[in-house]
Formats: sequence, C-alpha cells, structure tokens
Amino acid sequence: MLSCKEVTHLLSEGQDRKLTLGEKVQLEMHLAICHGCRNFRSQMDFLREACRRYVADRQRGDD
Amino acid sequence: MHEKHLNADSSPLIDQDFLAVTRRDMVKFAHLQLRDASQAEDVVQEALVAALDNAGGFAGRAALKTWIFGILKNKIVDLIRQQARTTNVSALSREEENLDQTFDTLFKANAHWTPGARPRDWGDPEESLRQQRFWDVFDACLKHLPENTARVFMMREFLEFETPEVCRELSISVSNCNVILHRARNGLLRCLEKNWFAPGEHPC
Repeated sequence: MLSCKEVTHLLSEGQDRKLTLGEKVQLEMHLAICHGCRNFRSQMDFLREACRRYVADRQRGDD
Repeated sequence: MHEKHLNADSSPLIDQDFLAVTRRDMVKFAHLQLRDASQAEDVVQEALVAALDNAGGFAGRAALKTWIFGILKNKIVDLIRQQARTTNVSALSREEENLDQTFDTLFKANAHWTPGARPRDWGDPEESLRQQRFWDVFDACLKHLPENTARVFMMREFLEFETPEVCRELSISVSNCNVILHRARNGLLRCLEKNWFAPGEHPC
C-alpha cells in the first residue's frame, strides 16, 4: 500500500508523464480509502487549471 | 518609440491603448518568470518590436495578442537557456530546504498525513477563479516560491514545455525535475491554503 507521501509524488508526476498501469492501480486503491489524498488530487487539478487560466487571461485581447 | 507603428494606417488593430495594456501584461508575465525588472523590460521590448514589424493580417486583437505572447515566450526561453549555462538550477537554497522541511512536517512517521495537515476540500474552484483577490494571492504565492523552484515550475506550466524538455533545457535529471516540480506544487498549494482557502480569511 502506498503512503500518502508517495501518493503526493505520484499525483505530481501524473501531471508530467503517463503513469504506468501498475502505478495507476496502486494510486486508485489508495485514493479509494483516503479522503485526504482525494482532496490533494483535487487541489493539484485546481492548481493546473489556475495556471492555465492565468496564462490565458494574460494573453487575452482586452476588447 | 513605436511612433511608426502607432501611426501605421495598415494596422488599425493596434492603437495606443491596446499597446499599453498588452505591454503591461507582457511585463508582468516576463517579470514573474525572470525575477528581474530590467531583464523583463528588455525582453518585452524585443518581443514587441519583433511582433509589430510583422503584425499585419490578424483577424482580431485576441489572435494578435496570443501571437505576441508566443514571441515573448520564445524570448523568455532564450534568456533562460542562456542563464542555465551559468547557474546550477538544482542547487538547494535555504528557502528550498525550508519548503522541504515544512512538507515533511505534514506527515507522521509512517508517511501518512498528520490529522491537522490532511488536505481539505477546497469547494468549487470556479468560484475562486472568478475573484480578482484570488489572483492577487496566486501572484503573491508564485513570487514567494524560491527562484530555481519557480523557474522550473513556470517553464512547465506557463511556457508549457513538456517535462523532459524542461530538464534538458536546464541540464537537470528527470528525477530532479520531478522533485523540483513536486516541491513547487506543494509550496503553492500550502500558500493558497494558508492565504486563500483557510476558513475565515476572506469574507465570501
């Protein structure tokens, strides 16, 4: 079973590369029973969305 | 200094206001990544000159601005590439060590969250993203990241490099890149938690 700390690393790497099937299975097993890590995953997704929006807002023509 | 461009009748898209706003946004974007005001000014100047020399044929300002930002991103990357030759991006500053230590305190000996540090539900993200004050906090958190950590993170998320390219450009190993990105993301999440999502911190 992965620890929460290991899960934070995998979730971060999941934003940078395709996780292996084995990694995904382990991750999902952990997330199924760990509310804190599920929130962590949502927070990571939120961060990526905020970055995307940040760049888009800067580039938007103001008209 | 852009007199000839401002008066160019072939480009009614570009007027003083558009230029002023675009320039302001570009400087902000460049400054955040380069962390040096005069370098940011220089790189924006170069990008604007290059862009305005070829600004004909755009259907609208949105497309034009996106294109100008594309040029700016390339200029920023060039500069980062040059600097990477003389700086050791993977060297740990005290700030980076502090971030790592703080992260470690979130976990018990068995590497599971301590009860107080367990990540909370941040609710509907859209609601935060709509608020100007959120973006002020976001900006402040980005500026608060240690320099090398921020550089790697912004290349990945703002200049939209694939992670292997970031590592290659900055001459760091993939595993080191992963460690730095993990540090950056956690630093930002904790900063947002503390300054935006913490209960009672903001009235809406």
